[in-house]
This record gives sequence, structure tokens and C-alpha cells, in this order.
Amino acid sequence: MKYMLLIFGNESAQQAASKEQTGQMMAAYGAYSQALVQAGVMVGGDRLKPVSTATTVRVANGKTEVLNGPYAETREQLGGYYIIDVPDLDAALTWAARCPGASHGALEVRPLWAM
Amino acid sequence: MPPEDGQRARSAAEGVARASYGKLVAFLAARTRDVAGAEDALSEAFAAALADWPSGGIPRSPEAWLLTVARRKLIDAARRRQTSQGAADHLRLLAEFASSEDDEKPIPEERLALMFACAHPAIDAGVRAPLILQTILGFDAATIASAFLVSPTAMGQRLVRAKNKIRQAGIPLRVPAREDLRDRLDAVLEAIYAAFAEGWSDPAGTEARRRNLAEEGIWLGQLAASLLPEEPEALGLLALMLHAEARRGARRNERGEYVPLAEQYPALWNSSLIDQAEALLFRAGAMGVVGRYQLEAAVQSAHVVRRRTGRTDWAAIEKLYDALLALTGSPVVAINRAVAIAETRGPAAGLEALDALAGEPRLAEYQPYWAALAWLLARSGERETADAAYQRAIGLESDPAVRDFLQRRRQEIALAVSRRLRADPG
Repeated sequence: MKYMLLIFGNESAQQAASKEQTGQMMAAYGAYSQALVQAGVMVGGDRLKPVSTATTVRVANGKTEVLNGPYAETREQLGGYYIIDVPDLDAALTWAARCPGASHGALEVRPLWAM
Repeated sequence: MPPEDGQRARSAAEGVARASYGKLVAFLAARTRDVAGAEDALSEAFAAALADWPSGGIPRSPEAWLLTVARRKLIDAARRRQTSQGAADHLRLLAEFASSEDDEKPIPEERLALMFACAHPAIDAGVRAPLILQTILGFDAATIASAFLVSPTAMGQRLVRAKNKIRQAGIPLRVPAREDLRDRLDAVLEAIYAAFAEGWSDPAGTEARRRNLAEEGIWLGQLAASLLPEEPEALGLLALMLHAEARRGARRNERGEYVPLAEQYPALWNSSLIDQAEALLFRAGAMGVVGRYQLEAAVQSAHVVRRRTGRTDWAAIEKLYDALLALTGSPVVAINRAVAIAETRGPAAGLEALDALAGEPRLAEYQPYWAALAWLLARSGERETADAAYQRAIGLESDPAVRDFLQRRRQEIALAVSRRLRADPG
């Protein structure tokens, strides 16, 4: 089954982190991504740019509205995601717990619709 | 058809349903993760059995017959599904079942795996016990709802949501690997205990459904203990439930009044259940891993020592509650510990232990806290404060028999106070 691991964290805390801390975090994510690839479960994943770069679009009554900012203002923001392919939820939860984001913020684990 | 054949077919189907419902649901669901689908297929198979057995005769292995029909129903249902996900499931099912058409083979035991799925941390904690009751024992939502005091509609929705979650989130029907087993087992045992406790909370035994639930809780506990004989906490939980069950009849006197444990007649306790509980606890203890249920069962054991020695082993109970408190940090345990301390070192020491809990906000509406406080205050001679504490306890109790008991205690103190005032008016 395919699962998306959505990584939520406090963006301003991350931006306030020292260069050294950021480097360490990037290295941890690098090792984690590599572990996913080596286990043969990695489908894809990316880091998102900060919510300050977000633009929200909706079409209401045939009119396109474009708003500056994220869809929802939250204390913790979606900062990236992985898509993995594993046998079941327990395997997905095990991988989610290993993600560096799980110790700084939280990971939401969602199954994908099979297309 | 002669009516007695119909009756016989019905009772055979019902017998199989009761004995192997959960086993068949678990076997089917383990292969599809679709608990609701397995239940539907099985109920169709039971309907087919009732239609077929009276004329065709009861098959040699009713369980295997039901499984074959249910399996066909499942495949039909998969075939009807139009989505590509359904098609993939369908192919998997066909492949799976084509290789397992041999009805002579015993059906593998997978109820424990189903219980672990029902008590998975991804399932809402409040619905785990109801889900186990439904999937393993085949209780309908209305029966479960009445036992857990929620509306049948709400319970039905919660159960449907939980089963959807198992299927859609891909919760495995599997006994977890050793490193996760202990943590996950806690949730399974907790759900079994919750089912038992729902039944136990009707002490008069007037509501058949609830009494039934205590029996079913013990049955599930026996199942877990027999499938995990090396897990001391599974044995400990069964011992705890058997101890409690052994005293069911002694909790009320012939007038239906509440009788506290310390005043019960040991002759009214069921000694064969107590012996079973003691043997289980002994086996668990030999495994060398202490846990919550073993400790609680050991407390029960120290209470029932009274049937042999004539007195409760309060020193042992105090030590056991010390260990339980260290393990759980539970304020409920702390209350029981304070009561035990009052027995070993006097009411003042008990009150002191209870004082440490005074700021605990969860206890403000917890009847046993106020009842214990009142009892210890009364025994220390603090009659006026005891009276106020009894009033709090009475106001928080929902069981009329216990309420009457607390009111009698309160009156005894009031009488003692007025007697003292008369004797010493100034």
C-alpha cells in the first residue's frame, strides 16, 4: 500500500535555527531518504518552501480568486512529504517514526487511493 | 420438513455461530482486511445454512461448510466491485482461496490477530472494546451500545468508521513482532478488561446484557491467555477477572443491599474460580515479569486469603499498592493504597496518604475518593468533616445500592454525634 507521510513542523523555529543545526538536520534527512531507497519503499518526496511563498487559489461562481498565503494558518506547517510503498500501516508507522521530522514536529500518515 | 428438523438446523447453526463466529471472521478478514465484508459474507452464509440444513442435513463439519459459502460470497462481492482497487482485491482473493479450497484442513486460529487489529493504536481507544465484542463475538451494535451507555446509532457509526479505518489505512491483522508485542498487548488486554468491567458494573446482575458482557470478557481473557500462554500479563488479567467474578454473588445481601468487600462472607465466594485464579497468578509469577494486572490480581488474592485465615492480609495489600502506584501513578491506586495504610498503620496515616491527593482535579467528582476520605475521617473521630465528605460521595454515586450503603454509614455517624452531644452537652 502507498502512504503519504506529511511532515508538520514549526517553520519559524526552523528558520531561527543556526547554520550548524540546519546542516545537521539536512544530513539526517539525507540519511533517512537513503534508508527509504535502500529498503526499496521510496516512491517520492520533496521538501516544501516556507508558507510565506504559498498562494491559494479557488474558483467561486466562475471567478478565480487568488489569495496570498497558505490555505490554513496553523501553528505548525506542512514542510514536506514522502510517499512510500509498504505492506501495511504498521510498516508505514515504523518509517514515520524514523523520519527526523517526527522528533521535531509530527508526521501524519495517510493511505493513498489506489488509481 | 418436520418442524424438529428445522429446529435442529437452527440450533446447529446457532451453536456454530456462537463457537466459531470470531474464528471465521478473523480467518476471512485476515486475507482481505475487510472486517465488514467478512461479517456480511458470514451472515449470508448463516442464512444459507438455515435454508439448506433442514432439508439437506447438517454437514459433517458445519464450520467448514459455512466457510466455503462465505468465501464464495466474498468472491461474488469482490466481483461486483467496479473499481480497479476492487479488481485487484478480487484477483488476490481468487488466488488465495483457490489454494485453500481443501475443507478438510483445520481453519487456522487468527482471532488473536483480529484482536490486535481492533486494539491497534490507530483505532480510537473508546471503540476498541466494542469492536472486539462485535468482530470476535458477533454482538450487534444495539447490544454493545446499551452496555456502553451510548445510542445505537452512534455506536453503529463508530464501529463502521473503525472497520473502514482497518481496511483503508491498511491496519494489519497480525500478532505483532516480539519488540512491539508487550506494548500492543496492553491495548488488547485493556479492551478485554473494559468489556468485563462494563458487565461487572451491574452488581445486582439485573441486566442480562451486562452480566453476559462480564462472562464474555472472561471468555476473551481465556482465549488470549490460551493463545499467549507465555505472556504473564495475559494470565494476570484472567486471574483478576476470575477473582472478581468469584465474588459476584457476595456483593449484595439477601435484601439487595451493597456489602463492602471487607464485610462479605467468604462462604459466598466461588472457591473453584478463586482456585483457578490463584493457579494462573502462580504461573504468571514464575515468569518473572511483573505488571499491572498481576499486581491487581495479587491484591485480590491477599483479600481472599481471609477465606482460610479469617483475616485480610493488609500488609501485603499495602506493598502491592506501593508497587502499583510506582508502575501506574494512578490516583485511583493511591486511594486504595491510603485505605490499606489505614488498616496497617491507623486512620491518621491513611488520611495523610490521602492528603497528598487533595489537589488532584480528577478526584473532585470521583465517588470512591470521597467515600474513602469520609470513612477514614469517621474512624479518626472527625465526625463533622466525615459527614460533609459522605455527602459529596452520596451525591456522586449512581448505583442506588451503594448510595443507600453510604447513607447508612452517614446516619451512623450522625447518630454517634448526637449521642455524644447528649452525653456531653457543654
